[in-house]
Amino acid sequence: MSSSAPERLDLPGPRREVSGRLPWMLVLPAVAGLVFLVLPLAGLLIRAPWPTLLERLAEPQVLEALRLSLVSATVATVVCLLLGVPLAWLLARVEFPGRRLVRALVTVPLVLPPVVGGVALLLVLGRRGLVGQWLEASFGITLPFTTAGVIVAEAFVAMPFLVISVEGALRGADRRFEEAAATLGASRWTVFRRVTLPMVMPGVVAGAVLCWARALGEFGATITFAGNFPGTTRTMPLAVYLALETEPEAAIVLSLVLLAVSVVILASLRDRWVSAP
Amino acid sequence: MVFRLSRWAVALPVALALGLSGCGSGATSPASEAASGGDAKEVTVFAAASLTGTFTELGKAFEAAHPGTTVRFNFGSSATLAQQLVQGAPADVFAAASPATMKTVTDAALAGAPVTFVRNKLRIAVPADNPAQVDELKDLADPEVKVALCAEQVPCGAAAARALAAAGLKVTPVTLEQDVKATLTKVRLGEVDAALVYATDVIASDGKVTGIEFPEADQAINDYPIATLAKAPAGEAARQFVDLVLSRQGRDVLTEAGFEAP
Repeated sequence: MSSSAPERLDLPGPRREVSGRLPWMLVLPAVAGLVFLVLPLAGLLIRAPWPTLLERLAEPQVLEALRLSLVSATVATVVCLLLGVPLAWLLARVEFPGRRLVRALVTVPLVLPPVVGGVALLLVLGRRGLVGQWLEASFGITLPFTTAGVIVAEAFVAMPFLVISVEGALRGADRRFEEAAATLGASRWTVFRRVTLPMVMPGVVAGAVLCWARALGEFGATITFAGNFPGTTRTMPLAVYLALETEPEAAIVLSLVLLAVSVVILASLRDRWVSAP
Repeated sequence: MVFRLSRWAVALPVALALGLSGCGSGATSPASEAASGGDAKEVTVFAAASLTGTFTELGKAFEAAHPGTTVRFNFGSSATLAQQLVQGAPADVFAAASPATMKTVTDAALAGAPVTFVRNKLRIAVPADNPAQVDELKDLADPEVKVALCAEQVPCGAAAARALAAAGLKVTPVTLEQDVKATLTKVRLGEVDAALVYATDVIASDGKVTGIEFPEADQAINDYPIATLAKAPAGEAARQFVDLVLSRQGRDVLTEAGFEAP
């Protein structure tokens, strides 16, 4: 359980570099791709209202939205882990009829525009939705316009990232270890817990990081399903969108905060957990 | 056999989802460069979302009266449209849902003098079965009543704030929506018990939502200004479109949809 990332094999002797000139066919598009991804970020930095930055950051609404974003994205990631890892295991390890269909259905939130996802959630979990109606009548729970609703919307959109990542790791893992454990008398649950899970941990962590990042940036499903109210449902992306209506400079500041926080967290996690081969 | 079936079953939801994603973002495509020169002219109109139905109709009338000219619309939140214009989106005419959003554009010296062409009044919108039995503005202050309002940054929200202030009421909404159509959707789906939207939105909802008039709405009337843009590529045709909106014919179309003459 302790050593989760597979250690790199260091071959004895000097590592042999692949000799020859850099293949420009790869380097040029790679650099173009990098510029394409980084340029909009540079645009934000250049247009940011630096003189008033601190003043704008100190506004209570900014911290409120940031706190809400971090809390809801983290809780949504935990929900995704609790439901998504078993789902990935089911898809990778258990043969059942209609598995291909189920696998395709899992990826639906990836292709669905988030706003449509939000409408679908309203139709099912809203106050007059199929399940929501019953939730309100039996337990007095209504999800729309609550922080729980934000978490539901984020988990819906982000879970496929975790499932796909973990399923890929499970398919790539060497099954002989599991078989050996089973022959030695371990139950299927023990095999999963003591052998499978530690083996695919890098995949789980990578999936959780992706899932968290997606949840942090979630906009469409949140604003549709959970609404937009400061303190309870107005996350950073919603605050950015609203600020854009009247004060583009404030929107830039908010975007920078969200970017800075996510880059710091993702970069530190990546170094620590996600092994780049 | 089972294999075959499941393969199709996989393809279907994916295809469906792809189809849906295709229509997701049609609303705010920026106007392309209008083709200038030659006879085939194009008038690009940026108009507030609440004008979608009426302006589409007027656009057809304009095309019928000026053969060879097409009218293209970009409907959206007035504030978003104003930002797009300030950022250099090419357009001929801007029709906003509030003087404040128009001012963003005129301040940047991008448009000529705006003219108020219609006014829109607020209504309380409730679901057709009115579950919370709302019948006047002060019912919205009841904490048991779930209320959706527009955010104050957008015209319908500013108007709602003025109306509530005029009535001396403090309403805590459950959500502050981005535009009036989103606010109305929450009522249509029954997720909230009441909302403040424009009279025109209630009429456009075809009976799914009931509108309730209230006296304080008179203190929060929204003027809709229209102006041709300084760099209008369509030139004369842009002015002609504005003339059509201000004409008797234009006013009839607009008042039928629930707008009031200025």
